[in-house]
Amino acid sequence: MRKLKSAILGPGNIGMDLMYKIMSRGKNIELKLVSGIVAGSRGLALARENGFETSLDGVESILADPEIRLVFECTSAKAHLANAPRYREADKIAIDLTPAAVGPYVVPAVNLEQHVGGGNFNMVTCGGQATVPLVAAVNAVTPVEYAEIVATLASKSAGPGTRANIDEFTETTADAVVSVGGAKTGKAIIILNPAEPPLLMRNTVYCKVQNPDGHIARINAQVSLMVEKVRQYVPGYRLRLGPELDGDRVIMMVEVEGEGSYLPKYSGNLDIITATALATAEEVAARILHSCPKNRGER
Amino acid sequence: MKKFRIIDSTLRDGMHAVSHKFTPDDMAAIAAALDAAGLDTVEIGHGDGLGGSSYQYGFAAATDVEYLKAVKSVLTKTKLAVLLLPGIGTHKDLEKAAKFGANTVRIATHVTEADIAEQHVQIAKSLGMEAICFLMMAHMSPTAKVVEQARLFDGYGADVIYVTDSAGALLPHQVKERIAAVKEAVSVPVGFHAHNNLGLAVGNTLAAVAAGASSADGCLCGLGAAAGNAQTEILAAVFDRMGIRTGVDLYKVMDAAEDVVQPRMHRPQVVGKLGLTTGWAGVYGSFMLHATRAGNKYGIDPRDILVELGRLKTVGGQEDLIIDVASRFAREARTV
Repeated sequence: MRKLKSAILGPGNIGMDLMYKIMSRGKNIELKLVSGIVAGSRGLALARENGFETSLDGVESILADPEIRLVFECTSAKAHLANAPRYREADKIAIDLTPAAVGPYVVPAVNLEQHVGGGNFNMVTCGGQATVPLVAAVNAVTPVEYAEIVATLASKSAGPGTRANIDEFTETTADAVVSVGGAKTGKAIIILNPAEPPLLMRNTVYCKVQNPDGHIARINAQVSLMVEKVRQYVPGYRLRLGPELDGDRVIMMVEVEGEGSYLPKYSGNLDIITATALATAEEVAARILHSCPKNRGER
Repeated sequence: MKKFRIIDSTLRDGMHAVSHKFTPDDMAAIAAALDAAGLDTVEIGHGDGLGGSSYQYGFAAATDVEYLKAVKSVLTKTKLAVLLLPGIGTHKDLEKAAKFGANTVRIATHVTEADIAEQHVQIAKSLGMEAICFLMMAHMSPTAKVVEQARLFDGYGADVIYVTDSAGALLPHQVKERIAAVKEAVSVPVGFHAHNNLGLAVGNTLAAVAAGASSADGCLCGLGAAAGNAQTEILAAVFDRMGIRTGVDLYKVMDAAEDVVQPRMHRPQVVGKLGLTTGWAGVYGSFMLHATRAGNKYGIDPRDILVELGRLKTVGGQEDLIIDVASRFAREARTV
């Protein structure tokens, strides 16, 4: 079967985890090139070992290759802001794993359908991918007046980028809880826990709704469906508690165990982002590969 | 001799003891009494700092800005401080606090996570604020780690660095060791924040002073998370006996505690069994009331919840785990 050729820009932890995921379960997507800018990087060596092309020219080698139709941006928000217009010009689809948010926030279980024809997809944050589906599930039953999410990560799995700009996480996640989850207002909290052995990524979602008792049966059903939907692309996503009522709020807790593709299993926060990126790319590629040339031209 | 700085946190840490329900009027009355008593600095706001008002930690009776406005309007000499926990509050909250008159921000991270606060220290400095950095839950790491993290804060430009015993779990010799080592390692003044869960708040503060701390926190009536903090009026009296100048008027600070704060308290601030368990198990002080509530809801002894939270090595802010643990215990109780 024909596959869409892709490239990874940024052979760090995220880029490598994604590479192994594409290798193990890419159906419509195949990896052609892994590009970086640091000579001697471990990621580029691994990419070569696994038979992929590598380059030290960063974005340039990707832009220069017309075969590559889709790019996974695993760099930084700053780099993606600079690269995004160039991808667009070169007619390459960008899956953005940075916080740049050039394109719309995409949470596949909730809103991929409405954005699938686009050219730039932002993966929000790990906390957003874990919690927005639950907010959307509750909101599908009854309007969520306020949603609050708490993401707890193992310290070891929070890299220097996250640490240097932790507000970016809280602000972006709160934003997506509202704009994608459908809550009227939202808040996000992030906590890092250094315990050894490292804990799995956990997320708590609180939704404020009117008359929660009257809706709980349908909320339960919607949340179960939604969790199954997310599990299709993030197998380690599990509901730990709830939906449970407490006063005017519905409480849900999920944990995310990484697949251990490249990063350790406790890095569920990184796993959910790479799994989501691949799921998004697969959908986008399926649409391109299976659509008629006329539709392609409209993209 | 240089003045010893007492920072009063009745209106911030004390908020835990009243489930964050002091009104702006309550805060203004207490702040005016503290100002009259000559306190150097008062810290105000939700117990979990700027942006802390939430399901996770409990909703405050008013917004950060409402509290700031109410307190700022009554202070004449006393400096106004707020707390920021990166991950809960953001730079936007900090900018707002500066705009509404906060002179000082205390930026607090778990004892191993100082690097998430670099951004906020720099923003505080660019806003012209004093930045006091807290290493919370200092009992959870060995002294070498505390020192390593204190050095990071020093490098970011902190004005004062605190060793913070958020769980009230440190013993006097452990306080001494940590304060002395941090003092040796950094270029700025060092402070200590005590909790009274093991009945050691004042004693530990004295141990910190002996080891070189030049700043310490207190709360009127000892009001604070779990069994509360070092009692400001006791610190003032004891320091006076030791010949340490604090600038605090002893009678006035006693009056502030007994006449202004005491009538507004929800319960006596004592070392009860849950406060004691909090200190003994080494868990974050603000878990206590949440564990009590969850214990009642699920029919579990809150002490068992607190001890389990200690075993799980929870850190400050993980209040959601209390529900998780309580509901798991309830399920387990049903299946046996």
